[in-house]
Amino acid sequence: MTKTTEELLTPVNCNWCTGCGNFGIWTAFKKAAVEKGWDNHNTALVAGIGCHGHILNFLNLSSFEGLHGRAIPVASGIKLANHKLNVFVFTGDGDCLSEGGNHFIHAARRNQNITVILHDNAIYGLTTGQTSPRSPKGFVSKSTPFGNIEEPLNPIQLAMAAGATFVARAYEGDIEHLKEIVIRANAHRGFAVIDVLQPCVTFNKLYTHIFYQENIYKLGREHDASKKPAALQKAMEWGLKKIPVGVIYESKAPSYEEQIPLLKSGSLVSNKIKKRDLTKLFSKYV
Amino acid sequence: MKPFTFSMGGEAGYGIASTSLNFSKLAMRSGYSCYTYLEYPSLIRGGHNVFFTTFSKEKISGPYKTIDFLVALNQETIDRHIENMSKGSMVMHDSAQKLNLPTGKSLHYVDIPFMSLARSLGAILLRDVVALGAAIALLDGDLKILDGIIKEEFAKKGEAAIKRNFEAAQAGFDYAKKYFSLAVKPILTPTKSTKKMIINGNEAVAFGALAGGMQFSAIYPMTPTSNILHVLAPLQEEYKFIYKQPEDEISAINMAIGASFAGARSMVATSGGGFCLMTEAFGLAGMTETPIVVIEGMRGAPATGLPTWTEQGDLRFILHAHQGEFPRIVLAPGDAEEAFHMTMKAFNLADKYQTPVVVLIDKLVCESFQSFAPLDSSKFKIDQGKITYDVIRNYQRYALSSDGISLRAPAGTGNHVMGNSDEHDTYGYSTEEIETRNAQMKKRMTKLTTCAKKELIEPKLYGPKNAELTVVGWGTTKGAVLETLKQLPKVNFLHLNWISPFPADSVAKHLKKAKKIVNVELNYSGQLGGLIAEKTGIKIADNILKFDGRPFFPEELVVELSKRL
Ligand SMILES: Cc1ncc(C[n+]2csc(CCOP(=O)(O)OP(=O)(O)O)c2C)c(N)n1
Ligand code: SF4
Repeated sequence: MTKTTEELLTPVNCNWCTGCGNFGIWTAFKKAAVEKGWDNHNTALVAGIGCHGHILNFLNLSSFEGLHGRAIPVASGIKLANHKLNVFVFTGDGDCLSEGGNHFIHAARRNQNITVILHDNAIYGLTTGQTSPRSPKGFVSKSTPFGNIEEPLNPIQLAMAAGATFVARAYEGDIEHLKEIVIRANAHRGFAVIDVLQPCVTFNKLYTHIFYQENIYKLGREHDASKKPAALQKAMEWGLKKIPVGVIYESKAPSYEEQIPLLKSGSLVSNKIKKRDLTKLFSKYV
Repeated sequence: MKPFTFSMGGEAGYGIASTSLNFSKLAMRSGYSCYTYLEYPSLIRGGHNVFFTTFSKEKISGPYKTIDFLVALNQETIDRHIENMSKGSMVMHDSAQKLNLPTGKSLHYVDIPFMSLARSLGAILLRDVVALGAAIALLDGDLKILDGIIKEEFAKKGEAAIKRNFEAAQAGFDYAKKYFSLAVKPILTPTKSTKKMIINGNEAVAFGALAGGMQFSAIYPMTPTSNILHVLAPLQEEYKFIYKQPEDEISAINMAIGASFAGARSMVATSGGGFCLMTEAFGLAGMTETPIVVIEGMRGAPATGLPTWTEQGDLRFILHAHQGEFPRIVLAPGDAEEAFHMTMKAFNLADKYQTPVVVLIDKLVCESFQSFAPLDSSKFKIDQGKITYDVIRNYQRYALSSDGISLRAPAGTGNHVMGNSDEHDTYGYSTEEIETRNAQMKKRMTKLTTCAKKELIEPKLYGPKNAELTVVGWGTTKGAVLETLKQLPKVNFLHLNWISPFPADSVAKHLKKAKKIVNVELNYSGQLGGLIAEKTGIKIADNILKFDGRPFFPEELVVELSKRL
């Protein structure tokens, strides 16, 4: 059981830019891990490729850093093999919504019991500042010097439409709030998505810390996250003073793993690897 | 006994494929060795389907082209196949269909009203069964054997279905006996033989995976390997594994990697096109040293190509897919029996060498039914190689070692296990330092040398030791060449089924001794020939190549090879 955040540190020094929003996600996650005792017996992390993916080097928890866009299917495989593990995906908006969009939709549809932490900086960080599917229309970047012509994707709406059963948004600067949401998302039995507003201080001069601090508001009691139409309405909100954070949608549905009879008696890997006797099966082929 | 080929053709959608299996079983249960090859277009209804079952008392290893008995359920069957009929052979048809039957060839036409007989029994779909019953009568087979097969086939559909099929077979049988008793030839007369089973390569792979301890498979459907998933999916509960249909092949292989990272023996299966999508994660498995088994069933390519036909065009692709270099093990079984054993072995190899293992087959191996002595896995033992489930102090996933293999711990064992697609140090932390990069690269590549030393099985030489001509081939061509060798005693055959690591020494040894060499492959450029030249320095100037989607047939190889003798 992880007891202190120090235990979660590794010999590797953080290499994010000073002021990068990834620090908040890292801190909130460590706090959640200590609070819930996530350790190398009960937890596995997966990340895509991007600045966000570096987080795995800074956490003393078992992890797999795969390919750009392909974090979710790796997590799906881990979860199917050992559904007793808490499985977290750290992904970027480019990673999750552009290169890996198909996987995001289908994992949501399957309602696998996985928590996706979307480091949403509305830019490609690691490749030094191109437009992402989260960049707003008109956004000027290295790849859109004349302004972005495309409309951005709304990951909250997309996740809900695809069938995710827990969808939240948080700002990385509010560490306590993000930590609570990470814990809730993990406790939720099903596909959980957290769209984390994560300023990229180096390449995104629009969605800055100040911008988010001025424009987000916390969803209060009046928001009933169990009602999908109302939640979809909330999901559509985005603008000055109009960026809701908190749990936007949460519903109960059996997770994918819960519906596999074989997993009722234990995880897949709890069955020892052994040679199977096929005598009975072969009798059909004589 | 000379091999005898029975063929039936008709439009798609009439269950020719299941009839083909029934006929194969019938031949096997009557005491014959058999091989059934199927041709069909990439359509569900309307196209032309045909099967060829060659049987004999001696072992049959490959498909034949010459037909000795043809059941024509439509005009196309006549138009396409009549030219391949042997002299004096029989063609069964229904005159009610008014087929245009060529005269001149010394063929024996047998008119059986299978349409009206089937209709009188209530279903036109029964016509294949009527025809089968009539064929059994004309070949002196035993209808009771077919009854047994029908009973098993329709066990789930109930008594009524069984009865209808019995009646249909009986109606055909009786009609032929009544009107064509003089035409009966003792070809399928039941005879005593050793116990056999009949399977195709897809089934063999699925069985190999089950016997080999597979726990997780993710397969996106694609001809010619879809049947692997059709075999596996219903067996998951009983044999305690998971089959997952993913959203695409990229997901399939990444899921398999994830499952393997958590400790499950994992596999994917696809064809060339699906493997194209898998190539990035193929190298990821190499870089992260995650064991996975990849089944690749080749078909006519590139792009969608010839979806339901065969080719050996992916050899170089499998050997080089993905950027950069990493160790990959590539096996190329030549028939279903080899596919069974090599798939089992692939799971051990993947675990022991912690790298992807490819089992490279093709449409012919995947979908042809062949009779074998019952598959025997008694010699096989699960070997997971260097693995621990204990908590190890200061665990280092990529620790250096002389054989290149590090101690693997699955995630969830309490160790800090890192799989990292970036170059990494011994723990798995990303690094770009020169020394670490060199050490890890060498460590990974050393695994292939270790594998070559410890595992490599030399290619087998079939036929006489000293021959006038040596045929070289790999994978699927085995069957046709072995059949050819029956007729050409001065020819031998070096069959490669282990491609990477490449058995360079033994290939060179055999080829240096050969008087004349010809390379036989189902592709345009002779990819194996190129590989042999690269690995041994021996250039084979003479090639027999074919890339029209059809397999080699012994009839054509006999002609081609005889020219060289
Ligand atoms: C197949 C592939 N294409 C492109 C890249 C290059 N690449 C690396 S990270 C990245 C985008 C990063 O953006 P995002 O996912 O939003 O992550 P961030 O760096 O912003 O955290 C790209 C295009 C890659 N690694 N692999
Ligand atoms: S480039 Fe942006 S996202 Fe990447 S580390 Fe720097 S601030 Fe963070």
